[in-house]
Amino acid sequence: MTLSPDQIHKLAHLARLKIEDQAMDEMSSQLDNIMGLIDHMEQADTKGVEPLSHPQDPALRLREDEATQTDMREEFMKLTSHKQDGLYLVPKVIE
Amino acid sequence: MLDKSLTQIAQALRSGTISSTELTQLALDKATENRHLNAFISLNEEQALADAKRADAALSAGNTDPLCGIVTAHKDIFCSKGILTSCGSKILSNFISPYDATVIEKTAARHMVSIGKTNMDEFAMGSTTESSFYGPTLNPWNTGHVPGGSSGGAAAAVSAGIIPVSTGTDTGGSVRQPAALCNLTGIKPTYGRVSRWGMVAFASSFDQAGVFGHSAEDAAIMLESICGFDAKDSTSIEHQEIDFVSGLDKDIKGLRIGLPKQYFNADLDSHIAKTVQAAAKELESLGATLVEVDLPNSDLGIPCYYVLAPAEASSNLSRFDGVRYGYRAEQYDDLESMYINTRSEGFGEEVKRRIMVGTYALSSGYYDAYYIKAQKLRRLIVNDFHAAFEQCDVILGPTTPHTAPKLGAVNHDPVKMYLEDIYTVTLNLAGLPGMSIPAGFDQNGLPIGMQLIGTYMQESKILNVAHRFQQATDWHTFKPGNTGGAA
Repeated sequence: MTLSPDQIHKLAHLARLKIEDQAMDEMSSQLDNIMGLIDHMEQADTKGVEPLSHPQDPALRLREDEATQTDMREEFMKLTSHKQDGLYLVPKVIE
Repeated sequence: MLDKSLTQIAQALRSGTISSTELTQLALDKATENRHLNAFISLNEEQALADAKRADAALSAGNTDPLCGIVTAHKDIFCSKGILTSCGSKILSNFISPYDATVIEKTAARHMVSIGKTNMDEFAMGSTTESSFYGPTLNPWNTGHVPGGSSGGAAAAVSAGIIPVSTGTDTGGSVRQPAALCNLTGIKPTYGRVSRWGMVAFASSFDQAGVFGHSAEDAAIMLESICGFDAKDSTSIEHQEIDFVSGLDKDIKGLRIGLPKQYFNADLDSHIAKTVQAAAKELESLGATLVEVDLPNSDLGIPCYYVLAPAEASSNLSRFDGVRYGYRAEQYDDLESMYINTRSEGFGEEVKRRIMVGTYALSSGYYDAYYIKAQKLRRLIVNDFHAAFEQCDVILGPTTPHTAPKLGAVNHDPVKMYLEDIYTVTLNLAGLPGMSIPAGFDQNGLPIGMQLIGTYMQESKILNVAHRFQQATDWHTFKPGNTGGAA
């Protein structure tokens, strides 16, 4: 399976990544090689097999509904310089 | 002192031959002396010496914990309060975690002293530690070769004798493979044994912490310290029995050791094949019974893993957007270009490749062909192990198809690098415990590891086999620069 530059740009956009034009050839050939390796999965007869998403098929555990975390807002806010009045700053999204 | 066993160091600490402060200073000096290996992303001298002082006070007060005052270091994937947690990435190169990972809390509660954070492949994606934003780690056995990865810094630090034990993580082999390449004992327990709280996520249904040491005994002692139920991890196993030490000496007479016929094919380096077969004979002479087992889908573990792990990674790594923490691009026009520029500048090439593959596998129109197909295959691989464990108690095979590659030899060819994981990824697909232990050396004096695989929660069984093997052989005692002519 070969991915076209258009497909690669589309995937990159879905992942919010940018592939520069000069990097396209390398990305394209490496993805083709990786997909070539992945295509070996076709050898396996998986008809009627249930997908397995997790090694131990765990049931989600519930806990008592009680507060266990203390308020760490200030400590978390220390991790960025893009902030004002206790809010995170991003480029304007609403006109 | 740092190259002694944990039990010996603990005795020395208790008898007053050395204090934890002196031991910590020795480790810090040794780390500085070995700076060229680039095993550490950060050293934490001030905090380490303060912790050592507290450990010394605990020792004087009669603390009998065998880990009290022992020096270690954590892989830079574990969130550590107050010091950098970079995960080997530019995108976290300014991230100071406001909290400690459970693994770090647990070892600190035992008064272990962490001297710093070890180098790793970016986001644990790699088998060479060359994809780190902080540069490659070198293999202490031969600095022209890689130490393996992704926990390469953790392995190099123990191998070079800087610290006696360290923590790592293993999503597709990242503890077992560097252990094999650096002549160490490295164990990844059953998925769910160790809390993933505070461990930067790569592929959540695979990620599991593990440990490195010079022997099965040291690995067992260290592993006990990090295992246990944690309500903060939704996949943490409840009601675990954690005793990996008391059964180490058990006789292995009659134990059935399975050798998967698919593991000894043409892809395996002939020297490694002979070495592992010789080790199997050694175990047979100790009373074990060798049986051939069949893992028919083992070759498909690589394609299966390289769909599912990148798919989970592409989802997990979507959190890195430059808004709340981590690196943010300097140039952008709007919110979307801020995301795109931040991620494109902040992630390295291998991480981007895996995000692309994962995004593809999860994208509309390809989801069934790749993601669901791989999940079905995952079940077949798990079923293979279930069937094999009906015929044997423990599975033995090689850890890697080759010994340590030269720097730069595989990291530019992703497929070649992925194929090196052939014997390790299937355990992560199944969530099984596995370990690598030293088994010999190749013609160039590079270490060869062999892998022991147990069924769920049977860490003590593989540790028992490893310990008995290490009582009968001395491969694990060789240190870099001293193979005693063994090569």
